[in-house]
Amino acid sequence: MSQGLAVEARGLQRRFGDTMALDDVSFDVAPGELFGVIGPDGAGKTTLFRILVTLLLPDAGSARVLERDVVRDLWELRRRIGYMPGRFSLYPDLSVAENLGFYAALFDTTVAAARETIAPIWRQLEPFAGRRAGALSGGMKQKLALCCALVHRPEILLLDEPTTGVDAVSRREFWDLLGRLRAKGLPIVVSTPYMDEADLCDRVTLMQRGKLLVTDRPAEIGRRYPRPLLAVRGGSILGLLGILRRFPHAAAVWPFGAALHYTDARAGAAPEGVAAELRAYVASAGLGEVSVEPIAAGIEDAFMWHMAEEAA
Amino acid sequence: MSGPAIDARALTRRFGTFTAVDGISFQVERGEVFGFLGANGAGKTTAMRMLIGLLAPSSGSATVAGYDVATQAEQVRRRIGYMSQRFSLYEDLTVRENITLFGGIYGLSNRDIAERTGQILSRIGLQRAARELVREIPLGWKQQLAFCVALLHRPAVVFLDEPTGGVDPITRRRFWELIYEAGAEGTSVLVTTHYLDEAEYCNRISIMMDGAIAAMGTPSDVRRGLGAATLDEVFLRLTRPGAAV
Repeated sequence: MSQGLAVEARGLQRRFGDTMALDDVSFDVAPGELFGVIGPDGAGKTTLFRILVTLLLPDAGSARVLERDVVRDLWELRRRIGYMPGRFSLYPDLSVAENLGFYAALFDTTVAAARETIAPIWRQLEPFAGRRAGALSGGMKQKLALCCALVHRPEILLLDEPTTGVDAVSRREFWDLLGRLRAKGLPIVVSTPYMDEADLCDRVTLMQRGKLLVTDRPAEIGRRYPRPLLAVRGGSILGLLGILRRFPHAAAVWPFGAALHYTDARAGAAPEGVAAELRAYVASAGLGEVSVEPIAAGIEDAFMWHMAEEAA
Repeated sequence: MSGPAIDARALTRRFGTFTAVDGISFQVERGEVFGFLGANGAGKTTAMRMLIGLLAPSSGSATVAGYDVATQAEQVRRRIGYMSQRFSLYEDLTVRENITLFGGIYGLSNRDIAERTGQILSRIGLQRAARELVREIPLGWKQQLAFCVALLHRPAVVFLDEPTGGVDPITRRRFWELIYEAGAEGTSVLVTTHYLDEAEYCNRISIMMDGAIAAMGTPSDVRRGLGAATLDEVFLRLTRPGAAV
């Protein structure tokens, strides 16, 4: 496989009526990289994927996939990419095996020729080989769609929201499969609205309203969080939320599972000092004992910070 | 209404030889936010359809707002709100028209409709968008609007089926603040979600597995009971007992 960039997007722009679906989007995906596009519905993820897989033309900018131009070289590119659209697009009335055979035939190949490529996924699907695709569970449908996207042995995978609406455990199994494919050197671009999946990628970009907010390794995005961040636990979440938001130095306070994440507005403040201030403040408000500790920011913290900055 | 908002006793539903819901029993108190969790296919939707009076139980019973879901389904439906991922809002009506339409369906007076429309619009900051078609407003607003519409007739219990799918993390949290407020005002909330951090926001949760309730309690009790640090871990242990954590 060539060692050039797997994806090279430069200034991509695409408008639908008044909506700017993609606004000057530029990023690279390195060979063999598992790259995540993280963002909510309406961020522009699907528009981006449709351009990268040659199904939609950009209004401006350019993109190369496997060092081929997505507009000029579309016919050559289509044979080389594996694409899983966001909406389940297999034939519900065909069986698992029939769907797979059909997709192999479309690409003028056979399931047997792809055996090694699809082995880890096929092992989980095989017990259901005779079942109609429409009768599979959500998680199994997605595994079948992944299998079909791989059957022509593509040189890159582009997966648009493969885990949306799938339960937490099936999501984890799907990501295990992606990890195995990546280990074989296959570059993968995957989009997801689930922030916790970002940590499973080599690099991610956070996307909102057609723009890329930040692109980096997940740990690095957390490390670059620009303010002191503390977790506050104890008492009633709703009561604490109201009190902390009124603290004079509060920049943002959001519930995070069983805790609240508090961001201080003072960029250089020592987290331990802020923690002591917060403890005293909560106690003076009569909310009793709470635990306050400095924490490292995660992807979701970073996403919310960049979102708020973008809106300001 | 006295007694629990939801009281399910050995509630069961079979489809042919398949038991989708297998004798579940649980109560939801007034004002409680109850997280109804489980893997895809565990039976959550079937259970919810019985509780909202759309599907008859095969055996067992349940009352919602004090009325039997099997024999008094109409009474039940008058006292509940329901919101699913596929909102029941009309895309080609404006925000205000949607509220008016549903207020009329619920039999509210014009004065009540006008008053509650004002309250809803100011609560979710939609005053300026009142004349916009629902099709034109962002998903996060649609979700909040759908929730407020589900509460329009002041139901005793509101059922939310994955209400926060697909929205950004800030909008998701704003939505949960609306849920908290509804609970604080005495409305009971039964909510399903795939975001396990959201399950932590519930007063109590249940986790369904193969049609039965495999764990139930406050989020911290459920975590402690299984010796797990996070609900993610709890979920994995219950649904895939053989899997390595």
